[in-house]
Amino acid sequence: MGRFIVRRVAQMLFVMFAVSILTFFIFNVIPNGDPAVRMAGKQPTESQIEAIREEWGFNDNIFVQYTTTMKKVFTGDLLSYTTQLPVDEEIIKGLPRTFALAVGAALLWMFVAICFGLYSAVKAGKFADRFLTIIALIGISMPVFWIGALMNYYLGFKLGWFPNGGYVEFSEDPVDWAYHLILPWTALAILFIGFYSRVLRSNVLDTINEDFVRTARAKGLGERQIMVRHVLRNSMIPIVTLWGLDFGAVIGGGAILTETVFDLQGVGQYAAEAVGQLDVPPVLATTMFAAFFIVLLNAIVDIVYAYLDPRIRLQ
Amino acid sequence: MTTPPAGEPLLTVEELRVSFATEEGVVQAVEDVSFELAPGEILAIVGESGSGKSVSAMTLMGLTRSPNAMFEGTAHYKGTELIEASEDQLRRVRGAEIAMIFQDPMTSLNPVMRIGAQIIEQIQEHEALPDQQARERAVELLEKVGIPRARERVDNYPFEFSGGMRQRVMIALALSCNPSVLIADEPTTALDVTIQAQILQRMRELREETGAAIILVTHDLGVVADIADRIAVMYSGRIVEEGTLDQIFYDPQHPYTWGLLGSIARVDRPRPERLPAIAGMPPSLSDRPEGCHFRPRCPHEFSKCAEVPPLEARLEDQAGHCDRCWLTPDEKREKREVRPGEIGLDAKSTSTEAA
Repeated sequence: MGRFIVRRVAQMLFVMFAVSILTFFIFNVIPNGDPAVRMAGKQPTESQIEAIREEWGFNDNIFVQYTTTMKKVFTGDLLSYTTQLPVDEEIIKGLPRTFALAVGAALLWMFVAICFGLYSAVKAGKFADRFLTIIALIGISMPVFWIGALMNYYLGFKLGWFPNGGYVEFSEDPVDWAYHLILPWTALAILFIGFYSRVLRSNVLDTINEDFVRTARAKGLGERQIMVRHVLRNSMIPIVTLWGLDFGAVIGGGAILTETVFDLQGVGQYAAEAVGQLDVPPVLATTMFAAFFIVLLNAIVDIVYAYLDPRIRLQ
Repeated sequence: MTTPPAGEPLLTVEELRVSFATEEGVVQAVEDVSFELAPGEILAIVGESGSGKSVSAMTLMGLTRSPNAMFEGTAHYKGTELIEASEDQLRRVRGAEIAMIFQDPMTSLNPVMRIGAQIIEQIQEHEALPDQQARERAVELLEKVGIPRARERVDNYPFEFSGGMRQRVMIALALSCNPSVLIADEPTTALDVTIQAQILQRMRELREETGAAIILVTHDLGVVADIADRIAVMYSGRIVEEGTLDQIFYDPQHPYTWGLLGSIARVDRPRPERLPAIAGMPPSLSDRPEGCHFRPRCPHEFSKCAEVPPLEARLEDQAGHCDRCWLTPDEKREKREVRPGEIGLDAKSTSTEAA
């Protein structure tokens, strides 16, 4: 376990380093990416721009710029070029919103996908299975920005059943918090429900024909116990892997579209706005933040994997 | 369920037929199988792959039930009719009254559950026993089937056991609720020869200790010779001969049985160039010959073989010894002894060599 953690931390540092270099240099070669011009406002004079360049260190060698920026990332002094607000504060402000969205959606899609997948497998080939297959394919095919916008428009704006975007702090009013998040959760979960239920269905159908399931039946166990203890547990292993990875990806930016459509003001939306303005510091910080969560969830998935399948050992 | 009076069979199977609807049409896996099992008896069902022996055995526990399967006939066990029984009725029989050991111990245990938990699960399904006592019982069972350090091993996972040890775990699992009938479906096929002998020895000892009757399904007559009381030989969905161990080994009546016995490799005879085998292939299950199914492979076929021979006792003083062959007992004795002291189907191999 000790070696496992050391290796994973080293891996995490390496990934974050690589991601930061890539992001930083990509944004430096993008056309019209000169931050000094943007910061100088409308119709600046050449000397104003030059002064900003000098002040912010844009005249330095690119490697020096990278090093100073990275230093600021770790000391928390990083400022956005456009808003000139501290990046770390903005991320910390968005974090609970992103987490609320990601955790809620992940629980929702996992729960619904297990129900759909299991039911589909039990009824394989029958009407219910075909119906769920079609629903799943529709879910997989609908982009989140489209279904999100539709939900927002019809359920939020037209019918007024749900708030039209926005976010309420959990500490202020938990019920209102959940009420505001129902649409975003659903919109984000739909794609994953479709995908996961298909994967689970095929896993369950494979597992159902295993010899140990026949043994379980020969023991006199009930159908429910056979399905849950023997079939589901063995079918869940690949799903849990996927779940961890997708959850990491959603926290680390997979929810950009959902956050933007529903105006949740989370980290994803912050990143999206920063990208739109070619604002390097927030882009750099949010990308590293995403990489951090993806690698972290990868490690957690491996631990859970070893717990679910005792044949796998961490090393 | 009550224990039947002495002399009554524990299990009576009558005219069992099992067929499956497949893409190639209806396949009759078992056609007309009848047998009885006395308490504490070891009955071996012997036959080659596809003879319907495993399907017959699994059908008794309802394990072949599926939307594509069709069943006829009856199987009475202590007053319960197993073929028509509801799933709930069957669940009370499975594991508790009739337990099963499967062929492949490597895949028959749940890979992600501790073996103790798998045994306890079965015990608690049938008896209201607190966790600690169920666990004690699991440890005792593992000791009984010869697993060393059972108290520690009870918390191991299946992958931490060898094949032979896993089969012992399967036997412990099967015995956990003191069943009256143990169905062992090729229990030693996946194991190497020395382990086979140990497992069979253990099963015979357990029969003495627990008094459970055993149905041993196998393709290996060598296995049967060690432990069976009675043998039923199956061919292509039918029992073609049935009798006690001695009757089958010393006075086999059906040419198929002669062939099986002739195919046993023997170390006490000079080694033949090639091991003797029954010529030809078993018929396809969906396209069997009329009458006796063994007819196309039988060197002694004659006109009467186009009619289905009933399974009946054809020897005067041997009531329990039945077979499905139209030849008279005298003809059989004459034909099977092609060479003195050997049993087999040599008549055919000599005639094909001559031609």
